[in-house]
Amino acid sequence: MQQLAETTVAGQDTLLDIQNLTLSLRDQSGWVEVLNNVSLSVKPKEILGVVGESGCGKSMTALSILRLLPPRDSRLGGNIMFGGQNLAACSESQMNRIRGRHISMIFQEPMSALDPVFTVGYQIEETLRRHFKIDRREAAERAVAALDSVGIASPRHVATLYPMNLSGGMRQRVMIAMALVCEPRLLIADEPTTALDVTIQAQIMDLLLGLADRTGTAIMFITHNLGLVAQSCHRMVTMYAGQVVEGGPVKDVIAGPRHPYTAGLLHSIPDSNRARGTLPSIAGRVPSLRHMPKGCRFGPRCSYSMQPCELPQSIENEGVENIVRREVRCNRWEELELRGVGA
Amino acid sequence: MSVATPSGQTALDVDDLHVSFGNARRGSLIRAVDGVSFSVRKGEIFGVIGESGSGKSTLGRCLVGLLSPSGGGVLHDGVDPFKFSRRELNRHRRKYQIVSQDPNAAFDPRMTILQSICEPLNIAGEGTKAERREKAFAMLDRVSLAPEMANRYPHEISGGQKQRANIARALMLDPNVIVCDEVVAALDVSIQADMLNLFARLQEQFGLTYVFISHDLRVVSHISDRVAVMYFGKIVEFGPAHAVIETPLHPYTEALRSAEPEIDPAAADARQRIILQGEIPSAIAPPGGCRFHTRCPRVRDICRTEEPRQREMLPGRHVACHFAEEMLGEKERRGLGPAGGNGGDHVAPATNALT
Repeated sequence: MQQLAETTVAGQDTLLDIQNLTLSLRDQSGWVEVLNNVSLSVKPKEILGVVGESGCGKSMTALSILRLLPPRDSRLGGNIMFGGQNLAACSESQMNRIRGRHISMIFQEPMSALDPVFTVGYQIEETLRRHFKIDRREAAERAVAALDSVGIASPRHVATLYPMNLSGGMRQRVMIAMALVCEPRLLIADEPTTALDVTIQAQIMDLLLGLADRTGTAIMFITHNLGLVAQSCHRMVTMYAGQVVEGGPVKDVIAGPRHPYTAGLLHSIPDSNRARGTLPSIAGRVPSLRHMPKGCRFGPRCSYSMQPCELPQSIENEGVENIVRREVRCNRWEELELRGVGA
Repeated sequence: MSVATPSGQTALDVDDLHVSFGNARRGSLIRAVDGVSFSVRKGEIFGVIGESGSGKSTLGRCLVGLLSPSGGGVLHDGVDPFKFSRRELNRHRRKYQIVSQDPNAAFDPRMTILQSICEPLNIAGEGTKAERREKAFAMLDRVSLAPEMANRYPHEISGGQKQRANIARALMLDPNVIVCDEVVAALDVSIQADMLNLFARLQEQFGLTYVFISHDLRVVSHISDRVAVMYFGKIVEFGPAHAVIETPLHPYTEALRSAEPEIDPAAADARQRIILQGEIPSAIAPPGGCRFHTRCPRVRDICRTEEPRQREMLPGRHVACHFAEEMLGEKERRGLGPAGGNGGDHVAPATNALT
């Protein structure tokens, strides 16, 4: 995976700008807040990593951007600015012109994202014909070319196969081909390699980053694997219990995390270079959405928790003029000296 | 039970083990485990690393007697469990437990956690009802689950808690050996760290022997004393955990190590990245010669025709690759190898592991 210099993306306009996004969902027992004041941005060609444990709101943020939530049982607040439009206020037909064309998404489990009753070639053609005025023959040709570009050996043959005929790695390649065939400006990749073996994961990441670089697509990369973020992203944000708790350039955050949760995630990964023994872990678990702690949401699990932590925590920014460089949602961050990795 | 042969120190002896599925005459024979030999000492944590399709889970299931070998054998503390009658085997394998990956599939949704944990004792017919309950609560405590969890149903507790209960249940019959098959794969990193600590603590408390199966190099190398790397039904390399991970002598181990995402930017920069092409080949028509040759970055003509012999390259380090000597030479020249540079501390565990 290539190392892109941080400077290549600094100082450009933002492609996606999420401002104070809140999301509530309804279930049998009523409304519950899933996202609380989430603000994050992606610049053109940038690769943004979004990390956190399951249940922290990473996937919900992605689904909100594409408005893939049940309209009756969800309520969105705040703005999702993309190309001068507020996606949070777009109509369904406006969204249909954006989905797959300007913003596309890859899911963790390709088997459930592909339709089992159509050939993979047909499914790619469908995406093309929905957004471009081209005939079937041209769509078919472009679908084959797309399969070829994701390193599938005999694309013409594979285009005639059904998802069940393919291995997990091949299916994920097909998903990538489909997601990038319209050369979108933003790709949301939600745990794209979690279900794959490490050697296949390395292939897929390499492919994804290479293609995105060629088509100039920015990526919002959702993962719980901090190693992948370290290797492939320019900036990262950490989410916890429906909030963004830390953000900044990947190298800076990893070398010197400012939020105890980010530090905890970094250190709970076994490291073969470190002596065997007890692994530092984060006690407890992500709080239930219905019983959020009043002050800092991480407070009950945080080993640095003190009096000021019982107050609601606001996100603090550090940056020059309007360009936010690093942000952290911890009232005590300046007093804490958290250890990073490397450096 | 039959008289144990005087093996003394080994908990498991695996000798040229083969496990196959399917039918040879219909051309659908799958050799999931194809000639694997190793032994696990009492109190040792033996790691098995491999990708999906490598045969590691089949190996694990065979080790505890859930599958019968189609060739070769497994000795449990010197005893061959497959010589037993059905009834004797069921009694015998109480001491050989397996904990598997998905805790959600491991519990009967209509039984409370307490009922599930007591089940092994009910089947074994051990103790009175009160004694079983008492033991169950003691085990819940050992795995750090609050007593109030006992009366919950599986859907009412989290994945991490379910996996703890799963371990508590495996411990109820005081096993000698526990095969842990991808026990932390389904858990978040912070919970995973907790579980690994728990496994290490229980091992000390109960003097357990583990076979720790995982696809995650970091997890296996963190917890294990020795590791075996499996590819396509065979062990390609085994030896002391730290030495195998840090200075691999098989191209497959090397590729696995390099595919593992590195967090520390300095370590990532220092490392040579190898991206393997292709996927594990079809199980029905395995490639001839060395099975890794279809994906191996070092492949040469000999690999396509001749299967490499497994040999001991350094004390306790066994490798099956035609170019293991060459790789060892390269490592030594770069000063990373067990025989050169800072390698002094690698040799020590390697020798200790043998004795």
